[in-house]
Amino acid sequence: MVPDQSFQHAHSAHCESGVMSLMMHHYGLPLSEAMVFGLSGALMFAYLPFVKLGGMPLIAYRSRPRAIIKGLQKNLGIKMKMQTFSQPAKGTKALDSLLEQGEIVGAQTSVFWLPYFPEEMRFHFNAHNLIIYKKEGDEYLISDPVFETPVRCETQALQKARFVKGVMAPKGLLYYPVHVPETINYAVVIPKAIKKNAKAMLKTPVPIAGIRGIRYLAKAIGKLEQKDRRYAKLFLGHIVRMQEEIGTGGAGFRFIYASFLQEAGKLLGNPLLGETSQMMTLVGDQWREFALMLAKAIRSKESQTTDFLALQTKLESVADAEAAVYRKLLEGNLV
Amino acid sequence: MDNSKVPQHNISTYANNKKAIYATDENGKYGIIASSGWDVEEAATKQALKELERLSSQAYDQALSGQASPLYFHMYDRRMDLQTLAQATGMFQWRIKRHFRPTAFDKLSAKMFARYADTLGISIQELRELPDRRANGA
Repeated sequence: MVPDQSFQHAHSAHCESGVMSLMMHHYGLPLSEAMVFGLSGALMFAYLPFVKLGGMPLIAYRSRPRAIIKGLQKNLGIKMKMQTFSQPAKGTKALDSLLEQGEIVGAQTSVFWLPYFPEEMRFHFNAHNLIIYKKEGDEYLISDPVFETPVRCETQALQKARFVKGVMAPKGLLYYPVHVPETINYAVVIPKAIKKNAKAMLKTPVPIAGIRGIRYLAKAIGKLEQKDRRYAKLFLGHIVRMQEEIGTGGAGFRFIYASFLQEAGKLLGNPLLGETSQMMTLVGDQWREFALMLAKAIRSKESQTTDFLALQTKLESVADAEAAVYRKLLEGNLV
Repeated sequence: MDNSKVPQHNISTYANNKKAIYATDENGKYGIIASSGWDVEEAATKQALKELERLSSQAYDQALSGQASPLYFHMYDRRMDLQTLAQATGMFQWRIKRHFRPTAFDKLSAKMFARYADTLGISIQELRELPDRRANGA
């Protein structure tokens, strides 16, 4: 595709929505990160005790990796070319030739193997997204949306980061748009995406996802009383990390969604969306209060006891508040 | 969250980087604020790092006294655990566990050493030894 302008980096809260927002801007469709996040219906919660990440259960505050890319295609009629590779060398060659053709290319990578990441933030998380927009000598120029400014990375290092194996293995995934619509009928797509997302959060058939997933995690916290103390503390710390550190975290996603509701409300001139945006902001604040309680618990001394029941109760009240937002969105008239 | 409440704690784990946070201004309008970090996140990240350090330090002692192979140490040193290493190498966990025994590890083929070294991102020579100093989390 022919870009609208030379590539512009922007600082985003979350990698996948950031990448898609930057790409859409590049090809003449100015979609904010919040709009990308909301229109792809990416807000979620899932607690998967049987999927382990570094020995701890997976807790996700948004839909699974690649869901934003896929959701945008489905809901907005954008078409993306997505390619994975069986051999690392082939993956690097394909990337280089796309860059030579002037494309900007999205890629999935492992955080651990990206040398520009702060040393203390490098963990084995394999679903980090970024844009490669140029190659100079042996170095790629990379727009990593969660960094303030563009970064650089050597060929070998990026290849390693693209081809790690394991949970959510990227398999060298590259992606770029092949069709971007010029206009979007927001009056149709916004209500549809919101209703669908609210329904997914409220009416999941499985107890591990949506609001039920939040309650399930709350119960698991209550049960920590009987577990080994070190494990209990690590578990609580793990929740904070999943919530605040990876990507942008649970509270962060609630704020992005609140920003989306506000923007959508303005676009459609709908006061209900503005109102629910404020409600969602308060939900995000409550998630942060919960994180603060967890941090106090993990920093507590050996002699101090942790009130797991209080943590459980707090998380249950967060679930109640979040459910109220979705109910209001489902019941209200969004057009 | 209010703009004024966006934490600016200059946390060490960010190494002077900043994270974009969505927050509202005095009129309630959303925008992005660059945050130098929240000490709550720092506490959780540091806790995870400390646990990995504890494991790798324990593994170092075991490898030094000959109870475990250097592979056992390098796994933790690269912030992995048995499951992560198994997935990253594409090998069964029981097979890797065998290689945690010094006798089995020493007999590995050059190809197997290369496979581990490549996965861990270190040289074969580094893989077969323990680092001198107990620095860098070792």
